[in-house]
Amino acid sequence: MTVPFYVPPEQLMKDRAEYARKGISRGKSIVAVEYDTGILILGENSSRTLHKISEIYDRIAFAGVGKYNEFEQLRIGGIRRADLTGYAYSRSDVTAKGIANAYAQALGHIFTHEVKPYEVELMVVEVGVDPDDNRIFKVTYDGTLYADRRFSVIGGQEESLIEALEESYEDDAPLESALAWAKAACSSVTDDGVVEGDWEAAIVDRTNGRRSFRRLDLDEIEAA
Amino acid sequence: MIPQIGDRLPLETTTPAESFSALLRSRGVEPRWDIVPGTDGIDPPSATTVIALRYAGGVAVAGDRRATAGNLIAHRRVEKVFPADDFSAVAISGVAGIAVELTRLFQTELEHYEKIEGRRLSLEGKANHLASMVRRQMPMAFQGLVVIPLFAGYDVEADEGRLYSFDVVGGRYEELDYTATGSGGRDARLYLRTVYRDDLTETEVVDIAVAALVAAAEEDTATGGPDLKRGIFPSVVVVDADGYRVIDEELVEASARAAMEVAP
Repeated sequence: MTVPFYVPPEQLMKDRAEYARKGISRGKSIVAVEYDTGILILGENSSRTLHKISEIYDRIAFAGVGKYNEFEQLRIGGIRRADLTGYAYSRSDVTAKGIANAYAQALGHIFTHEVKPYEVELMVVEVGVDPDDNRIFKVTYDGTLYADRRFSVIGGQEESLIEALEESYEDDAPLESALAWAKAACSSVTDDGVVEGDWEAAIVDRTNGRRSFRRLDLDEIEAA
Repeated sequence: MIPQIGDRLPLETTTPAESFSALLRSRGVEPRWDIVPGTDGIDPPSATTVIALRYAGGVAVAGDRRATAGNLIAHRRVEKVFPADDFSAVAISGVAGIAVELTRLFQTELEHYEKIEGRRLSLEGKANHLASMVRRQMPMAFQGLVVIPLFAGYDVEADEGRLYSFDVVGGRYEELDYTATGSGGRDARLYLRTVYRDDLTETEVVDIAVAALVAAAEEDTATGGPDLKRGIFPSVVVVDADGYRVIDEELVEASARAAMEVAP
């Protein structure tokens, strides 16, 4: 009879966390910044087709960093959940909080029960009817859920990006300013700046009508 | 294995991600109207005349506002023309309750696909999908609960408006000029045949659409004409290169008043 090799739970969790963090830190970060009429999400992405930022529902957007196939699967799960809720009840019953909670549950479960934790961090943002109702949620690989205000960062270079945004951020600024701060912050953490055209950005804006999500094209991003 | 945590986050890969109705089916919650064979005599409200026309800039879709149950007026302000997505419209005739639910499902389906795949379905893809939804209703049609939609939209690839009519078994037919369905559809078509041209402007197409519904209301009791006393007018929308747009009620009212003065 073989005796299973004993690993203390502390060690197990530490190993898993380290594994996940290592995977996440290899990729680029994504930042979200509130501005006067909505929330901007911006990140570095050299692909035009494999998006890291996506629409979830009318006022809700998603961003993921880390392993593409893993956050893509979670993105689809979020859209499904939102559409099921909206169809079964009402469009106004779909909230970022509900979706972020579901992500936290799923990631927490995967972190402890699966062979390998997901190497992802997610952001769920919701633009409110007025700025006080804006929501920015962040979910880490182990299912920890954070609620941020004003701005938020996911990914490897989180601390330096938060520092950079802390310095520039002002309330009720126009989209152009938010774009400029977000770009400056992202450029400041890379050694040789961001290659022109390697941006991906989208907004959820309360002036956009029912479906508030809109991708920004490169001209718009680079003009700011 | 992919974890299943109740229904909190549907992560399973066994249902195709882009299909919302497949997701509903996998949970057994798709809309169904189970009818026991041999039950006669239920007479739910029925939505009547809707029409769609091509014009120079795209397509126009219009519908009257009446729903009837037998020879009674069930509702006076029913909406029968809906946006399917930003570039297409769907109009319904037949059993109102079923048609409205199918429309809601169709709208959710198109948006779901768009979000998952990152692009809209082609116009033909949307029409085919709607046809399959009508086909799935066939057992109900045999019970007398018929739903017939019209589908029209702007084909951004071909840069033109296109419209589709359907039959009860889910047949899908592309029309090049105009089409109408519902109890007053025949009368509306007769009117359209006399006035239709393929170079209509937007103003003209709104006038003609409203006039066709007025003509249908003259002949068919189930079609509601403009109601000046209550201020109820047909709904008219256009879909052009800029997308779906509802025509202002004041414009429709003006067209309706003009059409009623010269009504046949």
